[in-house]
Parts: sequence; structure tokens; C-alpha cells
Amino acid sequence: MLKSKTFVKKTRAGGVMKIVREHYLRDDIWCGSEACRECKQESTVLQADACIESNLCPYPHYVVPDTNVVLHQIDVLEDPVIRNVIILQTVLQEVRHRSAPVYKRLKDMIQAKEKLVYTFTNEHHRETYIEREQGESANDRNDRAIRVAVKWYSQHLKADGLKVVLLTDDQGNKEKAEENSLVVYKFDEYVKNLTANPELVDRLALSKDDKAEIISSKVLFPEHLPLSKIQSGIKSGTFLQGTFKASRDNYLEATVFVQGDGAESTEVLIQGLQNLNRAVHQDVVAVQLLPRNQWVSPSSVVLQDDGAAKDDDMDEDEEEKALRISAAEAAGKPTGKIVGIIKRNWRPFCGMLNVSQIKESTRHLFTPADRRIPRIRIETRQASTLVGQRIMVAIDGWPKNSRYPNGHFVRSLGSAGEKGTEEAVLLLEHDVPHQAFSQNVLSFLPKMPWGITPEDMVKRQDLRHLTVCSVDPPGCTDIDDALHCRELENGNLEVGVHIADVSHFIRPGNALDKEAANRGTTVYLCGKRIDMVPELLSSNLCSLRSNVERLAFSCIWEMNHNAEILKTQFTKSVINSKASLTYAEAQMRIDDTNKKDDITESLRGLNKLAKILKRKRIENGALTLSSLEVRFHIDSETHDPIDLQTKELMETNSMVEEFMLLANISVAQKIYDEFPDCALLRKHPAPPPSNYDILLKAAKSMNVEIHTDSAKALADSLDVAKVDGFSYFNTLLRILATRCMMQAVYFCSGMDSDFHHYGLASPIYTHFTSPIRRYADIIVHRLLAVAIGADITYPDLMDKHKQSALCNNLNYRHKMSQYAQRASVAFHTQLFFKSRGILNEEGFVLFVRKNAIIVLIPKFGLEGTVFFDSKDKAGPSLVFDEEGPTLKVEQTTFHIFDKVKVTISLDDSNIQHQKIRMALTEPVIPGVSVAAPDVEPQAKKPKVDH
Amino acid sequence: MAGLELLSDQGYRLDGRKATELRKVQARMGVFAQADGSAYLEQGNTKALAVVYGPHEIRGARSRALHDRAIINCQYSMATFSTAERKRRPHGDRKSTEMSLHLKQTFEAAVLTQLYPRSQIDIYVKILQSDGGNYSVCVNAATLAVIDAGIPMRDYVCACTVGFVDETSLADLCYAEESGGVSSLALALLPRGGQIALVQMDARLHQDHLDTLIEAAMTACKGVSKVLDQVVRQHLQEGSTLRE
Ligand SMILES: [Zn+2]
Repeated sequence: MLKSKTFVKKTRAGGVMKIVREHYLRDDIWCGSEACRECKQESTVLQADACIESNLCPYPHYVVPDTNVVLHQIDVLEDPVIRNVIILQTVLQEVRHRSAPVYKRLKDMIQAKEKLVYTFTNEHHRETYIEREQGESANDRNDRAIRVAVKWYSQHLKADGLKVVLLTDDQGNKEKAEENSLVVYKFDEYVKNLTANPELVDRLALSKDDKAEIISSKVLFPEHLPLSKIQSGIKSGTFLQGTFKASRDNYLEATVFVQGDGAESTEVLIQGLQNLNRAVHQDVVAVQLLPRNQWVSPSSVVLQDDGAAKDDDMDEDEEEKALRISAAEAAGKPTGKIVGIIKRNWRPFCGMLNVSQIKESTRHLFTPADRRIPRIRIETRQASTLVGQRIMVAIDGWPKNSRYPNGHFVRSLGSAGEKGTEEAVLLLEHDVPHQAFSQNVLSFLPKMPWGITPEDMVKRQDLRHLTVCSVDPPGCTDIDDALHCRELENGNLEVGVHIADVSHFIRPGNALDKEAANRGTTVYLCGKRIDMVPELLSSNLCSLRSNVERLAFSCIWEMNHNAEILKTQFTKSVINSKASLTYAEAQMRIDDTNKKDDITESLRGLNKLAKILKRKRIENGALTLSSLEVRFHIDSETHDPIDLQTKELMETNSMVEEFMLLANISVAQKIYDEFPDCALLRKHPAPPPSNYDILLKAAKSMNVEIHTDSAKALADSLDVAKVDGFSYFNTLLRILATRCMMQAVYFCSGMDSDFHHYGLASPIYTHFTSPIRRYADIIVHRLLAVAIGADITYPDLMDKHKQSALCNNLNYRHKMSQYAQRASVAFHTQLFFKSRGILNEEGFVLFVRKNAIIVLIPKFGLEGTVFFDSKDKAGPSLVFDEEGPTLKVEQTTFHIFDKVKVTISLDDSNIQHQKIRMALTEPVIPGVSVAAPDVEPQAKKPKVDH
Repeated sequence: MAGLELLSDQGYRLDGRKATELRKVQARMGVFAQADGSAYLEQGNTKALAVVYGPHEIRGARSRALHDRAIINCQYSMATFSTAERKRRPHGDRKSTEMSLHLKQTFEAAVLTQLYPRSQIDIYVKILQSDGGNYSVCVNAATLAVIDAGIPMRDYVCACTVGFVDETSLADLCYAEESGGVSSLALALLPRGGQIALVQMDARLHQDHLDTLIEAAMTACKGVSKVLDQVVRQHLQEGSTLRE
């Protein structure tokens, strides 16, 4: 079997262990070229006529990039112009070890058919394998392996009139290749001579020589320690390893999260450019703690790095000093400095160009949309066209003598401020997969016209005769739940929750399933929905619309009139909904005493039971918290927001919610009983007591006492919290309480022991009721289907590690979709205020900061910051008292819950960060507050009262 | 970085083999003159020596004797120098005892023990160097030693360790693959009749994959049997030329 293969042993010494591995060499590895007549390959990847418009290489040729070219120039390599590429196994392996994101992109590139990328397994080819020589470093050996492979290729394809071009940025490697008479070019040299796409040049990452020009000789930052030193330092405890999180409000401050043993983790504060030492948000870093007497506390000052490019002389000294003074006031937190980077986590960033003041300059600063990312210096010749556009930029490196990291232009997203562009930005920045579904994914959709077949009916109950109806917000097209309620002959009530049977259509492991698993959730933006599953399913076949037959997964209870469950049954079913109602329509039917039809009776039964269920739940200590949800009335033609209102809750909202909660709890218990090791559940941890500090302080300032010992105590004390003549107080308090909570997360039951859902006061919980828009529900459906014998299992479903990994992705996607949603609301709020001019509105102080107060406007559900200091002029005297917390501005003291009046306007001075600006009108503080605007709504500039 | 990539997109394994390819197998029979039968076998970097004594009278407690067939006594051990870290206890530990038991069961299924009532056959196997698939290599070496001893068997017993990764079955795992998180399964087969002498598996594997994995293991065992057959034939040829 292996006769044709000679066989060498490869010895690797690692640590003290000597590992001996076999390494087989083969001669059945083919070259992948269409032109070759020697190799006995079945299919080929590389074209015989491999031409690219180039001044340098006008002949047909294949290119072989070396590892560093792949790592740093992937943006260029990905361009469709570059085709007929050979990736050597040596390169692939090195990339895999050095950068996971680039490796992923490289693999995608190899898989894309039209890119014509061939992977050559040179390490196992008899003629291209080489052994490491004495005294040769691993890198040198790999470079040599690449050269040997290129040499083999050039000779192999010589007769066929094809050349092979090695691309490298390493001068030494290039010289050696030339000695071996290979065709070799520097990567930028090759790209600059491509006539096919001159714009590519901008995407080139800076090579080492270019970098030297840009940066001054002055060393600004301490050297990063090499990885070996970092590792020994971490082992000995001198350094800590953690994830670097830059502050959103203060570019000179960051925190490093150090994961301790077990669940314990500590935070280390980093302040000042020198200590931050070129770490970028999300990098994995090594920190060294400073001596205790240098510990500081996080400042509440807001600092933004703006203005012109600072030319490498640190004129931030003043800002840093301000920081230190303010920080020295309080007792310090553990503070440290970054000594080295363990792993960079750079991705392409969205943002805008600040064009250099010098007209001819090709070097410009790029300001990322994410405030936690530093500004990046890039080189481009198209600055004039890029002005006012949202662009993407990737970081190439951050030398120790450069104030800013260096990067290169990747692509443009469109004009800033335009809805399409801004949406693209917020989807990209929140890592929301939003491309159209691929043909491969769509191929797994059912063929139309679709109908229910007799095979579908096996293992399904026919519930088409039941009076089922759905109740949803207006305009909802992805209806995933429907309900029914009827009286049984024995006097008890039968209540059914019917959920779209998505797992019938999405079978495990196919491309459609994988895509949905990766997306994790449908993302709802204002006026736009990014579906988790293709529209045919989400808005048609799975949507439980009225008067059509739909497949469902039903949870049916027998209850007595006290809403006590007597019997629970789960079954796959077929239903035919009799009505798709809105919350308001359902409410009207219930309230209209003349209506006596089946649907209305069913709704009344449900409503009655829901009220009992809710009461019981609250008695058990479930929390009802508030967050003001805002929705826009969007003009159907221009898609601009025309009105904005906070969501109004009706009885029917809570009616539907109550039964969904009940179904989720019933299902959670069932799948956990059946699969104690691999049930997908959802938990909500109790917040640590310190989270409640702000709530307690705020309540105390109004002489109200809040108990936080348990969810029940909190719920009860929130219920009685009232202040005379201040009807909004309770809502505000609940908003504050919401901010104290932890995030609810999905987890796999085999990997955790704490299942408690704090907010719902339920010992177990999961998500079952929205499989059209949440992937977790699809998994829960599959588990439940197996538990009742309606479907079969598959390997990944029973694997707790794989499920745990899936949960991590789902948690990440959910968090990101929430952020994206908030960002979208913020953007539409801005559009709304742009058309309104300046408004004068009443609001409440929600938080007090050192130099600002945060005000909530109930009318719009809008939160904004009123700053009291400004850069250009001397600010008023500010006295901050952390105990209150209160802020005294001149003679006026602000407390939490104070009623104020503010003007609201859109500040578009910075087009990238357009924001809602609030300025105080009441109480009047001379020199600080502004006059209320005239009634005329189109006034543009606020008049400042001096 | 995530561990090792056990199977590349191009279909090559860590050591350059394709999924169904075995390691190189080399063997010699009759390496010791004193024993009744012996064999040395290398499967890649795993090397084993097997020695057979018997059939002979029962040693020790006579009560163990079976009136209708021979008992098979197996002892498995590992040389102290067989692994990267020196082994403290070459035999008698729990793992070796278990392995001895598995070998015994395998050969009870293959050897025609009813031909030798009230007697005993001893099989000693020692791993000299370990690089994955110890059980399989032992079985293969012992088969050759039993044949060398002239003890009749139903068929060769051939064994192979297979694993499952990325929806693909890998034949004849090496140590790096065994320790790289693959669900592995060892199977001993009497290839001509297709009877399974022993299947052993510790890892978790979904039922759906079991059939494909056993199928792959059987194919691999048949591959091994071809190589063993050649070794035996060659040995016989050498023997006959010597005698002439
Ligand atoms: Zn060829």
C-alpha cells in the first residue's frame, strides 16, 4: 500500500520530551495545473492561460506568496483580480499558527472556486520535502522549503510555458531565491505593476522600509517583551495575562480583565499612553502591577483623542496630568502597565479619514467609529475621494517610535450619514452576518409549491380543528407562536401553545443549518430585519399565518381554573390558525362584551389564566423591570422616521408573554429530565451585591428603602417604592434596577451546575418559543423532538462540548444584535431630531458624573449627557460628592431623579459621531444654562445666554 | 491555537497518509530459537515482540485445566524505554492487566483450542516502542508468533485501531492522532469469514457513526491480513530453502 513511499523520521525536540513522528513522503501529489500533462490528476484548479494585466509579468504565470505576504497582505490577495495562486502547505501551517482570523480568510479564499487557489502539500511531496539543517532556524527552514517548492514548480511547468513567481517582502529570502534563479518579486513591486486594478495599491500593508520613513527616530513607547520572557513572567507571577479593554470615554485609560482560577477574575487599571503601551482594544496582553502607592482609581473624566495629528511629541502631558490629579483623590484600584502583547486581535475597522492639512500629503489619520480603537495612520492617494466616506482600514503594526498605529485602506462603504452606509457600518461594527444567503444555503429550502404530505402526518397530531390564533405586534410577518384555549368536558381548561416547527425544515448539519447556527439570531433594526433563516421560511412556510395549514410543535396543558397545571403534553402537530391579531385587536375583542365568537372566548380564557399566572409568578419573586423601548413610525416612502413613541404595553402583551414563559419552563424541565448532560438552557445569574450600590444610593436620597437580599425582596420593595407627587419615580427606579442586572446567557446543562433564572425566579428556563428568529430554540426543538420520539438524534446534539461552543456563539450574537439594535435606534433618533430642529423637553437626572449629568427624556425614551465643562473656555466650579451622589454646579446641586428641562438638538459637527446634544435650560445657572428655544421649530443654533 | 489539524482539507493526515492508508508494516517470524514460536512486528513506529510457548501441560494449579480445550494465558508488557517518558512499571499495572485480558479473549476466539484439551498455551507480548495502536500491533505480532509455533487457528487474527474525525474514518492511528481528541476504536477480525474477535472502545461516539467506523476498521484489518499473509509465505519459503 505504501510501497511507493520512502519514509523518513522527523525528530522534534520540544521541552525535555523527544517526540518521534513518522513522516511519509509521497509521489502522488499533483501540481494542480490545467496545462500539465505529467500529473495524473483528476481535476485541476490553476488555468493554463494564467494571465494578469501587468507591466512586470506579462507572461502566463502562477504566484506563490510566502507566509508574511499572506499574513500582512491578505486584503490585496483577496481581491478578485489576483487569481491562479499556489498556497504551499508550509505557508498554510505557519499562518494557522500565527493568526486565526487570517487563516480563516485564507481558507475561505481557497474554497472560493473563482479565485483559483491551489493548495500544494509540499511537505509530503517526495521532491519538495526538506529536512532542517544543523544550525538552521525553523523560519529559515520554512523559507527554504518554500523556495524548494517554487523551484520544483518552475521546472515542472517549464515545458508547458508557465512561470511561477515567488512573492516575498523579505529581502534575504528574495536574494536567496534569485541565487537559485527563481522568478521573485517584492509584493508591493508586483502589485504596483498590475495594470488591471491600480486602486489595489492603497490596500498594500506598509512594508518595513516604508514604515521607517514615516516615523520619527524618537522612541515613544517602552519595548514589548518577547513571548518567552512574558511566559516565564506569567508563570512566576510577576506578570498577569488578560484581555485589554479600552475605555470608551477616555482614550488614556483602559482595563485588563485577568481571568483568575475558577470563576474569579480581577481587573487591572491602566492609565497613560506609556503604560497603555500600544495595546489595542481586545488584545490579549501581559501586565505588570505597579507598586501599591502608585495605584489610582478610574477617573470619571471624559477625554477624547481629537484634533489634528499629534506629531509624535507627546503633548498629551497636560491631559495626562489632569487625569492623575482627578484620580488621586480616591483610594486606588490595582493599577499596572502593559509589558507585552500575547496576541493581537485586530480586525478591519470602520471609520473615516481625517485628511492631512498638507495638500500633497498621502499620509492621513483615520478615526475609527469605535472610540476604543486608536486613530490609525494610513497612506492613500485617493484621499480627496474618500473624504466624507465611511471606509474600512486594517492595522499593520505599531512601532515603538510612532504615536499612532500604521494601517492601510481596505474598502469604502459609501457616503457618511446616508442610511445605507450607516446601516452597513453598524452591521459590520457589531459583527452581524448580513450577506444575502448563498445558493448553497438556499438549495436546502423546500421546493415550492409546498404542501403537507402524508409522511409529514406520521408522528403528528391533527389540530386543524382547534380555534388557534396568534397575537403579535402590528406588521409582524414572522409569526412563530399561536395559542388556543377551550373548555374540556370535565370542566378543566385545555391551553395550547403552538410554535412554528422550524426544525422540520432545517435539518442538522446542512448548509442552511450551519448558516442559521452562525447567525444565531434575527437582528431587528429600525425599519429593517436581518433574517436568521431565508425569507421563504421566516415569512411564509414557518410563519403561523391565519387560514393556512402550518406545521407546529405544540405544548398542551390541561389546567384547572386556578391555572394549576394538571397534565402537560408535547406533540408535533398541524394547525390552521383562525386569526392573526395585533395586540390592540386582541384587546378590543376581549373588551367588547358583545363579541361571543370562539376566537374571542378563547382569548378571554387565556387572558384570565394569564392574569393568575402572572400574579403567582410575581408572588414567587419574579421581577418586572422597565426599559423604555422606543419605536419609530417610518415613512413608507422615504423610510425616514416621522414620529417616535415609546412602546405601550397592553394586557394582551403580557397575556402572550405569560404563556410563552410557561411553555419555556415546561420544555426546559422536560429536556433536562431527558438529557441531563446536553440540554440547552438559559440562566440569569443573581447580580453581585455591589451592583446595587447606585440603586440603593438613589433610593435613599428620596428616603425610600430598597431591599436586595433576594429577587423577591427587591420586587416587593420596588412595588411599594412611591414618592408623593412624583408619579414617574417608580418607573425611574425600575430603569435603574434594570441597569444593575446581569446578562442572561445560554449554557449547556452538562457544563454548569447553577441553572437559576434570577429575573423570572424560575429554577430552570430555556427558549422554545421563537425558533424562526433564535437558533437556540431550534436546538431546543430538536432535543424535545427526540425526547418525545418524534425525531432522531444526531452526534453534535449529544456532544456537550460542541453544544457549549454553540452557546458561546449564540451569547455573542445576541449581545451584538442588542448593541446593533441600540445603535440603530440612536441613529434614527438623530435623523428624527435633525428634522425637528431644537426642542425643549422635560427630563429626569438618571446618573450624576464628575463633569456631567445624564438625563432621561421619558417622552422619547431618550438618554443624553449634559456636560458642564468644555475645552475652549473655563468651566463653572464643579463639586462632586460620591456619597450622594451629587454634583454641585456653581450654586445649584444636582441629585439623581431631579427634574430638569433641556434643549435637544443634533450635533453634527463631527459627522462620524453625530450625537444628540443636550443643554440645560432649567434650573437656570448663569453661564451654564441656555435659553429655551423659540417656539419656531426650525431654529438652528442655540442662543447661548451669557 | 487550536490543537493539531488531524486531517487537512487536501485529505492528508499529520504524517502524510490519506485517511484509509495504513502505516508501513514490517515483520519477521522465528526470531527466537528457544521459544516454540516468536515474531517481531513493526507498524510504523510501534514495535512489538511476541513469544509463544505451548501447547504444554498446565503449570501451577491443575484445577484450572479445562477438559475440552486448552487455556490461553496472555501477558502484555511494555518496555521501560518504550515511551517518551521512561515507564516505571513495565507490567502488572491496571492497563497492562486489561490489555492481557483483551489479548486472551482475542486469541481464544481464533485458536482451535479444542484440539488440545487439558493443556495450556502461553503468549507473551512486549511493546518495545510505542507510537499508537498498541493493542493492534500486539495482536498482529502474536498472530505471527502463534503461526510460527504451528498452533492451528481458524484464520489470521488481524487488528487495527481506527478513529473518527471530521466525519471521516482514519485507519491505523498513530500516537499523535490517538491523543489528539479522536474517538478511537480497536477491532480484531478474522478476515476470511469476516467474524469480529474483539471490539474495544472507550470514547463516546454517536450511534450513527458506529457502522461506518466498524466498516473502516474491517477494511483496514483486511489490509493488515494481506501483509501478514505475505510475511508468512516469505518465511515459509526461506525455511524451505534452508532445509533443502
Ligand atoms: Zn503537474
